[in-house]
Amino acid sequence: MALDTVASAKSNPDISQPFAELGLKPDEYARIKEILGRRPTSSELAMYSVMWSEHCSYKSSKVHLKQFGDKAVKTDALLVGIGENAGVVDVGQGYAVTFKIESHNHPSFVEPYQGAATGVGGIVRDILTMGARPIAVMDPLRFGPADAPDTRRVLPGIIAGVGGYGNCLGLPNIGGEVVFDETYLGNPLVNALCIGVMKHSDIKLAKAAGAGNLVVLYGAKTGGDGIGGVSVLASETFESTGPAKRPAVQVGDPFVEKVLIECSLEIFAEDLVVGIQDLGGAGLSCATSELASGGSGGMKVELDRVPLRDATLSPEEILMSESQERMCAIVEPSKINRFLEICKKWDVTVTVIGEVTDGDRLEITWHGDLIVDVPPRTVAHEGPVYNRPLAKPDYVDRVNAEVITVKLPESAEEIKAAVLKLAAAPNLADKSWVTDQYDRYVQGNTIQSQPDDSGMVRIDEKTHLGVAVATDANANWSYLNPYEGAKLALAEAARNIATAGAKPLAVTNCLNFGSPEDPGVMWQFAESVRGLADGCLEMGLPVTGGNVSFYNQTGSVAILPTPVIGVLGVIDDVRTRTPMSFDRAGLELYLLGETQNDIAGSEWAYLHGQRGGKAPIADLKREMRLIDLLVTGNKEKLFVAAHDLSQGGLSATLTEMVLRHGIGAEVTLENVGQTLISESPGRVVVAIDPAKSNALKDLAAKENIVMTKIGNTGGDSLIVNGAKIALSELRKAHTETFPKLFG
Amino acid sequence: MKVGVVTFPGTLDDRDAARAVGAAGASAISLWHGDADLKGVDAVVLPGGFSYGDYLRCGAISRFAPVMEKIIDAANGGMPVLGICNGFQVLCEAHLLPGALTRNHALHFLCRDQKLTIENTSTAWTSSFSQGQEIVIPLKNGEGSFQCDDQTLSALESEGRIVARYLGEDPNGSRNLIAGITNERGNVVGLMPHPEHAINVLTGPSADGLGFFTSVLKAMVK
Repeated sequence: MALDTVASAKSNPDISQPFAELGLKPDEYARIKEILGRRPTSSELAMYSVMWSEHCSYKSSKVHLKQFGDKAVKTDALLVGIGENAGVVDVGQGYAVTFKIESHNHPSFVEPYQGAATGVGGIVRDILTMGARPIAVMDPLRFGPADAPDTRRVLPGIIAGVGGYGNCLGLPNIGGEVVFDETYLGNPLVNALCIGVMKHSDIKLAKAAGAGNLVVLYGAKTGGDGIGGVSVLASETFESTGPAKRPAVQVGDPFVEKVLIECSLEIFAEDLVVGIQDLGGAGLSCATSELASGGSGGMKVELDRVPLRDATLSPEEILMSESQERMCAIVEPSKINRFLEICKKWDVTVTVIGEVTDGDRLEITWHGDLIVDVPPRTVAHEGPVYNRPLAKPDYVDRVNAEVITVKLPESAEEIKAAVLKLAAAPNLADKSWVTDQYDRYVQGNTIQSQPDDSGMVRIDEKTHLGVAVATDANANWSYLNPYEGAKLALAEAARNIATAGAKPLAVTNCLNFGSPEDPGVMWQFAESVRGLADGCLEMGLPVTGGNVSFYNQTGSVAILPTPVIGVLGVIDDVRTRTPMSFDRAGLELYLLGETQNDIAGSEWAYLHGQRGGKAPIADLKREMRLIDLLVTGNKEKLFVAAHDLSQGGLSATLTEMVLRHGIGAEVTLENVGQTLISESPGRVVVAIDPAKSNALKDLAAKENIVMTKIGNTGGDSLIVNGAKIALSELRKAHTETFPKLFG
Repeated sequence: MKVGVVTFPGTLDDRDAARAVGAAGASAISLWHGDADLKGVDAVVLPGGFSYGDYLRCGAISRFAPVMEKIIDAANGGMPVLGICNGFQVLCEAHLLPGALTRNHALHFLCRDQKLTIENTSTAWTSSFSQGQEIVIPLKNGEGSFQCDDQTLSALESEGRIVARYLGEDPNGSRNLIAGITNERGNVVGLMPHPEHAINVLTGPSADGLGFFTSVLKAMVK
């Protein structure tokens, strides 16, 4: 096929173009023609198709995500908000922290190792692009049933991919989630979170300003991998002489990314860039159109200058390629020599591919012929917006009306069996088999990592300032009530920050759902967004950004609605954090918060095949008072340990606490079955020195939080109302699940 | 006292090694892989990481780096050199130490707090420990299984050149549970676990790792 230039698009307006194969709807194609006043060239069509894909344009979610702006919290802490590569938050002492979660769900099902690896790589580049040094990663993961054959294919590959890439970048992995549910079989969720730190003055934005400034592409060469990663490319439509079908999953090279990070940080430190953008989804199409839109709009690019791994790539393929480990910078001509020098030091391939112009069009040439001539905003920001139909699905009222009939433990024998069953359940079992494949020590600043409630890293070695991050989702509750489910996940993540004594500061999210074309799924999504926006407003926490992943469904079966909420908190002195467990006998154990009959959506109900009933209603005012209590109590040094209650209830929390340091506990509970198993939100177990009990009582009274003494620490067993479980037996149950399944 | 810390493009634990050197009371000097210059240092640490990506055998390319030529000469002249993890792999590839590190027997990366016994306290890097002392420092690698032929193994054993051995469950299938070895002279030590990540209990499992860095200070004062 001959090169399709702007001139040939004008002279030959009526050829049939493969817009449908590229995922564009007829009206979208018509709109492109209207914008351009002619048919698009094949390169323009490629650009619009990837940039207007669901993944890049948020066309189904935009109308709902608007709420995060409409209900925005007034705060000075937010230095950069939604819309840039990642939000940036002021954490004090002149430091700014950026953090974001992204999904890499579909690629990770097709090719688990590379899918997960490049998911980590992509989010790390987003953080780097803000001018920050990446300092830690986390990875909330969800899989089909633990014993399903396909989970054995997918899980080890994904874990190895997350580890293989992150370990090689020198980023400590400080936490995440591993959750199993039938609905994720065929739709595993790989969400990756990265945290970065910089000084306020070092924040970088994606903008191409200043006519005459150079457009510089650096990092890996461009290859055929990842074409169609965000859109569908029928390769026979384009260059018929080129290599046939290429893998749609990108292939990562973490060593190149590591070098790219160090090289970029050195470039940033010398203030050599005006604007910067990483190449992720939609590759060069995205980077050039977003950079141009961020400035005055004018940019010229000579596409034939892009260094290639595969010389047979067509211009369309180069524009769509999602080859990893590439960055695009805008550099003033006076600084280009130093920029090139630093790239040379790190052996990074670097090429000037164009320049910023004073016009308002993005013009791309191929060996001198004009093949793209578009207003860049129409590509990057003015894609289609859909107000998709939504309808409350029939299942909601039906399952909400179900009465949970599962038997709760009463006798000593039943209590022991229940504690052991929960300790060994795949969703609650020890995750060391997973986390031992991740480097948690590198960079030397890790204060907390899995199995702590949150990950915590020190960001200043002298002042001991640190940040904590937790991610949570409770898809069982979101299934029963997506509005409350999102709020409850937010509350849980914030609580997980506060148990250590850190103050919650900002929120990010990764919203994983089924098909937006299903009105029921769209309703789940809309309700989740509404819940999260309302919740953030009520808790005074700004949303700094996020990611939406739709189409996580196989046939008509969608995943459970899974809004993963990440909360970032700050702690003034990491040395004073409250640990999750106690290391000595003779302490008093208190349960903070009230236990209700919240068996619906619990792990216990799930283990007994029941997933109906009503989700709890979030009481965020009470959650905020509990957070205040935890942060104040930490400052006043009241706690020896504090640990959140969530999935698995008090049983899981006590199991994790006694096993951490091998110090047992004896507790006596009223209404033991419910108290042990219920998953009522807003609860924490604290261990205190008996001398501090009055101070704790006063604080709890002040914050109006119900407090119940449940027992004492010590011994080599966990004893619940007389049911004695030796720590060795409990440890065996808790730790052997994963090695048995995946060892 | 100046201790050089080498940075290859894919080195990851260089800042941690420099921090440990500082905590022990010496000053850390950054050495760049492409410069054949030791900048007058008294000892060298080769930290962990993935040197040049290690897509070939770990450390196979690094041994040819300009800085390594100088380090090989200096080591042969008696300068204390500690290779940690990837650094150990580089020292083996450079033939400053015998044997090789291969993939862990479980075939995946393993990060855990590892118990070791110190078996030789006469090297430049272990004199702060007592014979048989048990310590806990992080182990984190994918290719940490120490292998060598029988003859080398019996020489290492009979000459007391096993510096540290894993205690408890075998983490990676190393011969005779070897975690670290030294050369005949005792100035070059290779260690698979990471002492630089155990210099205080805030960020590490213990402060046991500091002993390696205080040891070399004593060796240099001598």
